[in-house]
This record gives sequence, C-alpha cells and structure tokens, in this order.
Amino acid sequence: MTRVCVAGAGVIGSLFAGFLARVAEVTALTRREEHARALNDHGLRVSGRADFTSRLTAATTPDALPEPELVIVASKGGDVDTIASQLAGHWPAATLMTVQNGIGADEIVARHGAWRLLSSVTFMSGSRHADTHVEYVLDTATWIGPSRGTTPADAQAVAELIEASGLKAKAFDDLRPAQWSKLIFNATVNTVAALTGLRHEMPFARLDDDRDLGHLVRALMDEGKAVAAAAGVALDEDPWEMNVLATQRGFRHAPSMLEDVLARRPTEVDMITGSLVREAHRLGVPVPLHETMYRLIKAKELSWE
Amino acid sequence: MGMRICIVGCGAVGSLFAANLATLDDVEVWAYDLAREHVDAIDRDGLRLTGAGEVVGRLRATSDAGELPPCDFGIVATKAMHTDAAIAATKHAFADGCVATVQNGIGNEEVLARHVERVIRGTTFPAGKITAPGVVQWDVKGDTTFGPFEDSPAPFAEVQRLADACTRGGMPASAVEDARGPQWRKVIFNAATNPLGALTGLTHGRVCERPPLRKLASQLVDEGKAVADAQGIVLDSDPEELIDYAARPEVAYEHKASMLQDVEARRQTEVDYLNGGIADFGRKLGIPTPAHESIWALVKGVEASWMQ
Repeated sequence: MTRVCVAGAGVIGSLFAGFLARVAEVTALTRREEHARALNDHGLRVSGRADFTSRLTAATTPDALPEPELVIVASKGGDVDTIASQLAGHWPAATLMTVQNGIGADEIVARHGAWRLLSSVTFMSGSRHADTHVEYVLDTATWIGPSRGTTPADAQAVAELIEASGLKAKAFDDLRPAQWSKLIFNATVNTVAALTGLRHEMPFARLDDDRDLGHLVRALMDEGKAVAAAAGVALDEDPWEMNVLATQRGFRHAPSMLEDVLARRPTEVDMITGSLVREAHRLGVPVPLHETMYRLIKAKELSWE
Repeated sequence: MGMRICIVGCGAVGSLFAANLATLDDVEVWAYDLAREHVDAIDRDGLRLTGAGEVVGRLRATSDAGELPPCDFGIVATKAMHTDAAIAATKHAFADGCVATVQNGIGNEEVLARHVERVIRGTTFPAGKITAPGVVQWDVKGDTTFGPFEDSPAPFAEVQRLADACTRGGMPASAVEDARGPQWRKVIFNAATNPLGALTGLTHGRVCERPPLRKLASQLVDEGKAVADAQGIVLDSDPEELIDYAARPEVAYEHKASMLQDVEARRQTEVDYLNGGIADFGRKLGIPTPAHESIWALVKGVEASWMQ
C-alpha cells in the first residue's frame, strides 16, 4: 500500500498525514483552499513526541489528487457526511477507513458509494498549532477492524502500515466489541463529567449511599450494555470495570467533554451519546437516562450561545 | 387572646412572615437567626419590607436560642438542610406550642417531629430576597396553606389560629385538613424545573422553550405525580400548568431558579429535599423515579466538584 489520502486534516488527520508520509505517498483533502496551498508550499511539521517535516500533496477536491488505495476519513463526526458526498463517484477501487468517535461513521460513508470500508477508533491525541504544524501528544493506538467488503487481513495490513510510520495501531478481527466498550464508557463518563464538573475520579465508582454518583454511572452503562446486547455485540471489556479501574489509578483525567464545556466549545455529544441513542432507537431499546444526558448537554451548549 | 410566634430562620421568606405578623397588636413576634448583622439591624431599626408591600415590623430578633420565651407557634423558614440544627436549638420554646414549616421540599415535617410534639405542614408561595441587614425586598405575594402533620399533628383549632393570624397580618393563609396537595404541587414544580436550570445554566423560560428539555421536565412531573398518587395525595392543581405559566415573559421567563443561583454561588443546594425527597418517597412506596434519581446524583456531583 503506497498511496494514502487523508480526508480532513484536523489534528488526527494531520497526525496520520505527517507520519504516513514517511512510508507512503500521502495526499490530503482539505476543506479550505489556503490550507491546501500552505501544505503544498511548506509541507507538514510534526513536533512533540517526534520532530520532522513531511512533504505531501493537498487539494480541496478529489479530482486534483491521484487515486489512492487507502482513504482515511479523519474529519470530526459532523463532517463525515459532507466528505463522503464529496468523494461520491471517485476512487471506486480505494478502501475508506473512518476514524470518528462513537459508532456509525462507516455506515454514513457507505451511503455515498460502494467502496470497501474499514472501521477504526483512535486514542491518539495532538494539538494543532497551524495549518502546517501539528504536535503529537498522546501516543495511544488506533484500533482497526473490517467493515463492508473487507477482511481482518485488510485491517492488519493498514495497522502494519501505520505502525511502520511510527504511530501505534492494532487490528481486530471484529472491532465492535472494543469499540462498543469504549463508546459505553465514553458516553457515560464524558457526559457525567461535563454536567457535574467532576474530573473522572472516585465519585464515579462510589456506591455506598443511595445518592452516590456510581449508581447513575452504572445505570447509564447498563443501558449501553443492553443496546450492545441487542446489536449482537459481546463487549470486550466491561465498561463499569474500566470505570472502577480508571478511578482507582487516580489519574483524575479531565474527559474531553468536560474540557469542551469549561471552554464553552460545542461538544461531541452528537457523535458519542448521539450515536448510542440512535442505535438504541433503531433496535428498540429504551435508553431514557442517555436521552436525559443528551438533552442536558445540548441545553448546556445553548446556554453559552 | 394574644399569642407569641417565633420565626425560626429569618431569611427572606421568614422575614416576610415576621414583619407582617409584627404589625398585629395581639401577636408578639420573635425571630431566631444566626446572621448577626441581620439580627442586630432588626433589633435596632425594625424589619423593613419593600416592593410588593411596604411594611416595618417591630420584633425581637436573636441569635441566642436561650433567650427565646415559651411560644404558641414556631414558623420554621430555614433552608431545608438546616432544619435539624435550628429546631434542636429552639425546641424548648415550643414545649407547649405548635411548630409549622414553610420551607421548600419534603421531609421537613418529619425532621421537626423528631424534636417537637405538634407539627403543622405548610407550603408558601411568597418570595423575596434580603437586600441589606434588616431590609427585605418582597418580590412576589402569594398564599400559604397550613394543615396538621399526619404523624404528629397539631390540633386543627391551632392550625386555624395560626392561619388566621397570618391572614390578618397580610400573609393570606388557609387551614386545611390535608395540606399535602399544595405542598406536593410546589415540590413537583420545583423538582422538575430547578435542577434543569442548575445543570444547564438556562433561565426558566429558556428551559421551557426547548422541547427536549420541556419533555424532561414533564417526565420529572409524571414521576412526582405517581409518587403523590401512591400516597393518596390529590394535587390542588397541575404542576404542568404552573411550569408553563411561569415561563411567560411577564412572569418568570428570565428567572434563574434558586438552585441555579446556589450553583453559581457554589452554595449547597436543596436538591436532597426536592428530587431526593421524591426519590426517597418513591423508593419506600415502590414507585420507580429514575429521572429524579439521576438528576439528584448529578446535582450532588456538581456540589462534590467544588471540593476538588
């Protein structure tokens, strides 16, 4: 695999583009003309856990780029539909890999073309300093699994390419058990933290008293587990145990949704809780508590508009 | 026949009762409160109400419960979390008297009954705020309902005597055999709206104009109604109507719920006595209240976040 296109060059897209350019011919599909021009003129600098500058070709339309074998759709969740519609009719032989939070991004892409699809979820993080400069912060892995028309071997090949570039990746025969565990964990911990202002720590696992927060956390996770069960997914880790373990470790992690709320930025609740609630509705599983959390977060966003 | 009444907790609502009752010739009013500046100002200059009514009441205020003489009535108006400490300190004054609550939430009567024999269930709608020591802005006039507390009742004639004094003093009150209906209507209203404002930062009107949130308020109302129903309580009107009425621009569209004000000031909220009270009763009665339990846990989480 030698030609990769990164569609959507935010933090995650820039990290993939910068690293993969060391082992493949990388192109980038950007939204803004000046972003494409800057990348073409100056390349893309990666700092933080690495320090190098990659050359790549960027454009705002697929017509201007050579046909890739792999397309990494790396936009925020809300932009997947726009990017997929832009790609419609192009590159029929390519494999498209989605990398958004939550679930269902691959299904959105599937509606716009017959490409082969891979599904992935990434835990790496970075900071964007400029259109042409991204900092690599957390070197955690990207998990990849087959989706439409692909096999575990396809996921493995992409994981190997990513590993060769210097990023971390892991292939799964079926991504859904890991993806759903993470989704249920995230939909719960992020929204509870964002509404209470608590970092992810002890109160999330406390069950001593009736009013302790652990009861709500567990009830939210139980709703999520019921949705996973209805979807036929056997979870790879129990989200409640992930929660207990994380609070015991004492990292006092500030979940991203809490950071968004503190900075009064729009949150990713639509991709996280939203995707869980949409699946629940599709499968006819009641999720009143997640609906409540969703409504409260959306209302909180409204309060600072 | 004259009577002596002590207001226990002379904040905004307590002050409305204290000042109005003090205008009556046949009522001697005392006030017990821990805010020294407020107490000193009342003793020096009287207790002044402005706004919805202009009143100056002359009464005795103290922060020393030992000074209180035997009283015919107590009216407890502290924040709900201070009930136990306040009545424990003052109960000697009510050894032969009756004690009414006009506090928010449910569960206050039960706390009073652990300390005194004759308890009056009460619900009041007037509201105001202390603007300076000894001065209270009277924002909203409204009715008060009193009734004997079932488990530890005051004689009905005494309930009537208290209601009559309040009415004559300018705080319209009625005595009813079953005062639970008005109380649960107010609790359900408060529990369905206050925490939504507190958790989202939105005013009452903005909570109501967002359909998904308004629906959540209805879910909280429905759970509250089911818990009231299971006790045979007949609400005196529908909390839903109160919610929509309050959302009107000329009523309380721009009003920040007291719980939102508490959260913004990082003060402990009354959630334990609102959503927590409904959830507790629900659990005892076997009525599920998942929405109240979740909201309760979230607001307790907000309070806990201030300790981090």
